[in-house]
Amino acid sequence: MGWYIGRRLLQMIPVFFGATLLIYAMVFALPGDPVLALGGERGLNPALVAQIRAEFNLDKPFIVQYLLYLKGILTLDFGTTFSGREVIDVMGEAFPVTIRLALMALGFEALFGVTAGLFAGLRKGGAFDAAALVTSLLVIAVPTFVIGFVLQFVVGVRLAWLPPTVGSDVSFRTLLMPAMVLGAVSLAYVLRLTRTSVAENLSADFVRTATAKGLSRRRVVTVHVLRNSLIPVVTFLGADLGALMGGAIITEGIFNINGVGGTLYRAITTSQAPTVVSFTTVLVVVYIVANLFVDLLYAVLDPRIRYA
Amino acid sequence: MPDAGRRPSQQHFVAPFDEDTLGTVDTVDESAAPASLWTEAWRSVRRRPLFWISSTMILLVVLLAIAPSLFTSLDPRFCELKNSFGSPSAGHPFGYDRQGCDIYARTIYGASASVTVGTLTTMLVVLIGSVVGAIAGFYGGWFDALLSRVTDIFFAIPFILAGIVVMTMFKEDRNVLTVVFVLGAFGWPQIARITRGAVLSVKNSEFITASTALGASRVTTLVRHVMPNSAAPIIVTATVSLGIYIVAEATLSFLGIGLPPEITSWGADIAKAQASLRAEPSVLFYPAGALAITVLSFIMMGDVVRDALDPKARNR
Repeated sequence: MGWYIGRRLLQMIPVFFGATLLIYAMVFALPGDPVLALGGERGLNPALVAQIRAEFNLDKPFIVQYLLYLKGILTLDFGTTFSGREVIDVMGEAFPVTIRLALMALGFEALFGVTAGLFAGLRKGGAFDAAALVTSLLVIAVPTFVIGFVLQFVVGVRLAWLPPTVGSDVSFRTLLMPAMVLGAVSLAYVLRLTRTSVAENLSADFVRTATAKGLSRRRVVTVHVLRNSLIPVVTFLGADLGALMGGAIITEGIFNINGVGGTLYRAITTSQAPTVVSFTTVLVVVYIVANLFVDLLYAVLDPRIRYA
Repeated sequence: MPDAGRRPSQQHFVAPFDEDTLGTVDTVDESAAPASLWTEAWRSVRRRPLFWISSTMILLVVLLAIAPSLFTSLDPRFCELKNSFGSPSAGHPFGYDRQGCDIYARTIYGASASVTVGTLTTMLVVLIGSVVGAIAGFYGGWFDALLSRVTDIFFAIPFILAGIVVMTMFKEDRNVLTVVFVLGAFGWPQIARITRGAVLSVKNSEFITASTALGASRVTTLVRHVMPNSAAPIIVTATVSLGIYIVAEATLSFLGIGLPPEITSWGADIAKAQASLRAEPSVLFYPAGALAITVLSFIMMGDVVRDALDPKARNR
């Protein structure tokens, strides 16, 4: 087990460096000069521009900038934004909101996706199965931003059941609708995955054995079918956490949430390299750690999988 | 695919009883050429109404994309403010948007951008992904290890985020090809991973050993025997992701960093309609509906193709 985790951690290292290098290179290539933009219309004193450039290492070649940046990250120094704030403070504001949002979305899709997928898979070809399949296809086909607008308009504005925007009031109630929108597409995938997996496992030998030895239907379904069907679903959910946090850009924009997505979007359009790269680095680490966690969870779900 | 070379006469061993009765199996001409995976897939596909529904819809959308002028004589960019939010009238079945543009014409002309981006991206992704994935899976070694890490890297960076950064890079000259390039650059690892898996599962089959034993070179074996037999999962993934790329293009255009404003795009129209959602909800309905129907037809087609090409799924 320890050896396995160690090997996985070693495999993470090139992914971490590769991903940060890639994102750094992309941000480096962004057009526009963030330092000149600080001065606005009037422009800055050339000496000051040179000083700011030196301060942010912008006068050095690309690879040196990257290595200096990396050195900072490894000592948990994420640098400062061009307007002088510590990036880690910006992260401290943005990440808690988005983590809450993403976890709520994840819980929403896991709870409803697995439940609906289980019932659809148990009665494959039935009315509920057909309805669930059609609904999931529709949810996948309609873009998230359309779902977002329509829900915001109908539930938030017309019916006024839930607050239409979040703003500074971040609570379970305000985040409920954004989380549903954010998790909607993944919910459809979870439903389809669970359904296929359950339908497949229903005809597995171990399920027949479990039924033959006289276990109740409830026990067969929950312990034998569901537990084995969850493996592909858990894989998906693990990979999805990172995608949810990074993909929240649209949802956060629609519902006016001051989270990772909005901060990142503003940072990209204003070429704020330190912010973009730092946020992305954290997202990459979240993705890697979530995937490792999922792999370790396999052993819990499937007794046949053991990491020596 | 284990039953790629299955002879029709063997069919009663595996055919599910609800699909072919023993009587129909017995009437199969045993002297006929063995049915290939593709022939069998076609046989199972043509019986499914979903296949005909989705292929008709896809054909219609492609026709819209190629020849929009067949469906409307109006110019989608001809807008008169006096028609702002005008209700539907003869010749203008969907009414007008805020700028007074004809929504019907804009919906028709929007198909072109979506279909072009979707098709070109899928072609690019399949081209890069299948070649890289096949080489990695077939030859293994350091290239395989490198590819696995590279795909890991691409998977670790959120797709939308990467899209936004690269599209911002192309601030001045955005067009259909830059969108295709960006979606393709971050989409190929998925196909590469799937191809690699498929090639790995085919690589050790007897017919590959036979091909090598008969003296075929490594390249011939890969191109003539491994690739055709690994094509099924690639085709399935490509069909489904075509729909996903259309959504991605709409998302980028919605954010204002996709296609430039002079290209009519459903995504951009949805973004504009959102601003007037409270005043006129129906303006959102047409571009969003057209987008959803297009994506839906590709996803349904992918489902049908998966059922046809995956014998395991078919027999369930």
